[in-house]
Amino acid sequence: MAQYVVLIYEDQAGWASATPEEYQRGMAAHGRFRDQAAALGGKVVGGEALQPTTTATSIRDDVVTDGPFVETKEALGGFYLIEADDLDQALAIAKLTPAPYGGVEVRPVMVFE
Amino acid sequence: MAARPDVGKVRLAVATAHRREWAYVLAATVRVATDIDLAEECVQDAYVAALDAWTRDGVPDNPAAWLTTTARRKALDAHRRDRTLRAKLPLLVEPDTTEPPDGATTDAVIPDDRLRLVFTCCHPALAREAQVALTLRLVCGLTTSEIAQAFLVAEPTMAARVTRAKKKITAARITYRVPEEHEWPDRLDAVLTVVHLLFTTGHTAPSGDQLVRPDLVGRAIDLARMLLVLMPDEREVRGLLALLLVTDARRDTRTDAQGRMLLLEEQDRSRWDRAAIEEGSALVVDALRGGRPGRFALQAAIAALHAEAASYAETDWPQVLQLYDRLVRAWPSPVVELNRAVAVAMVRGPERALSEVQALEREGRLAGYRYLPATKGYLLRQLGRDTEAGAAYQAALDLTDNEAEREFLAGRLRDSTA
Repeated sequence: MAQYVVLIYEDQAGWASATPEEYQRGMAAHGRFRDQAAALGGKVVGGEALQPTTTATSIRDDVVTDGPFVETKEALGGFYLIEADDLDQALAIAKLTPAPYGGVEVRPVMVFE
Repeated sequence: MAARPDVGKVRLAVATAHRREWAYVLAATVRVATDIDLAEECVQDAYVAALDAWTRDGVPDNPAAWLTTTARRKALDAHRRDRTLRAKLPLLVEPDTTEPPDGATTDAVIPDDRLRLVFTCCHPALAREAQVALTLRLVCGLTTSEIAQAFLVAEPTMAARVTRAKKKITAARITYRVPEEHEWPDRLDAVLTVVHLLFTTGHTAPSGDQLVRPDLVGRAIDLARMLLVLMPDEREVRGLLALLLVTDARRDTRTDAQGRMLLLEEQDRSRWDRAAIEEGSALVVDALRGGRPGRFALQAAIAALHAEAASYAETDWPQVLQLYDRLVRAWPSPVVELNRAVAVAMVRGPERALSEVQALEREGRLAGYRYLPATKGYLLRQLGRDTEAGAAYQAALDLTDNEAEREFLAGRLRDSTA
């Protein structure tokens, strides 16, 4: 098994302006994700949702500034750490990762020997 | 004792085995090497060894088997030499259940091995240009320098592209395997797209002074033939091979003696390759049979109608248009709609075709695509609107870097302004 991080990039306005039903639907999808990954033969090892980028603080060369490191329309809003046999399985799991207001990026975790 | 074989003949035998058997030998060696880089190196060494051995002992009856055995032995030797290295090698190959890993003496290889190679090279997680480069490198056995030349990029650029792709295969664990059934449609389409892209790049080189690059065209047709052997039931594979054969049948007539490009209606049909057209047309019939045909089968059917027509005017344009209508549904693409416009002009007149091309132009999806203004110029000329036609040809001219195409468009421009 290898580890991958599924980075969730979404338009923050999406969640902020979601109706209660949409919000519930999104949360329920995240609730099911762990079981769905297991059904595909993989495993969710961890993951967190992040506060919006308005709460971010960036530091470059010791200079502290308000805001995210890179300003983008679709910002990093959360991640899952998963285990999968290979990239195909990781991608199959990543396709099920809820990201109604954007999409995801899959990155293999570096292994140091 | 047999006479020592002629060195020239041996060289030819090695070159032929390189062109025909590289994928087979490499695929069979990857199983033993468990690493694509090591396998590639061993296969390369086996071809070098063949030159000496075959000069000494004669060309074997089955060159592919000889090369496979030799390459596999080299891979095993490499593993024995460095067991610690082996422990660090990424496990790219799925555990082999059909054959023991010490199968250096086994010549049998299931055809699936070449399929694994092709599907790995064309994995959707790799950029299209990397898929093309890897396919040429691993499936066709071209050197990085040859691939760089084929695409007219600097060798270090191509080397970096290949290295980056191989690193991703290892780091992201792209497994060396044939896709599962549910992944099949997408994955097969990627493979066919790569082969088609190779062909079109060779058929009308994007830049340079030659219109056609026969090396690339030949490779693409070889690949399509190999895919059909490996996947005889896939109708789109059949459609792709048919499309390439029928299109390439016109190769010699696409330019005049001075290398200037000729339109379909100006080409000498008596010089078209009849054997290729017949082979392609027979494949089209099968590709269209049973279920809704795919985009390659439909494109092949259109190309076959052109190839079989006695003249441009006698082409079955209503049927061409009908096939284009089906193609637009099977594969919605502005490029297809643009090509369809030419058939519209023949069936319903240039006025109607022009308005469809103008609609496409307003949509903007074909901005920068040189065939849009060229088609527009062609239709405007037919309508006698020469000044506008001249402007359209000038716009097309500004968008192409191929010398033969530039020459052609400059000629159209002169005609319009004469």
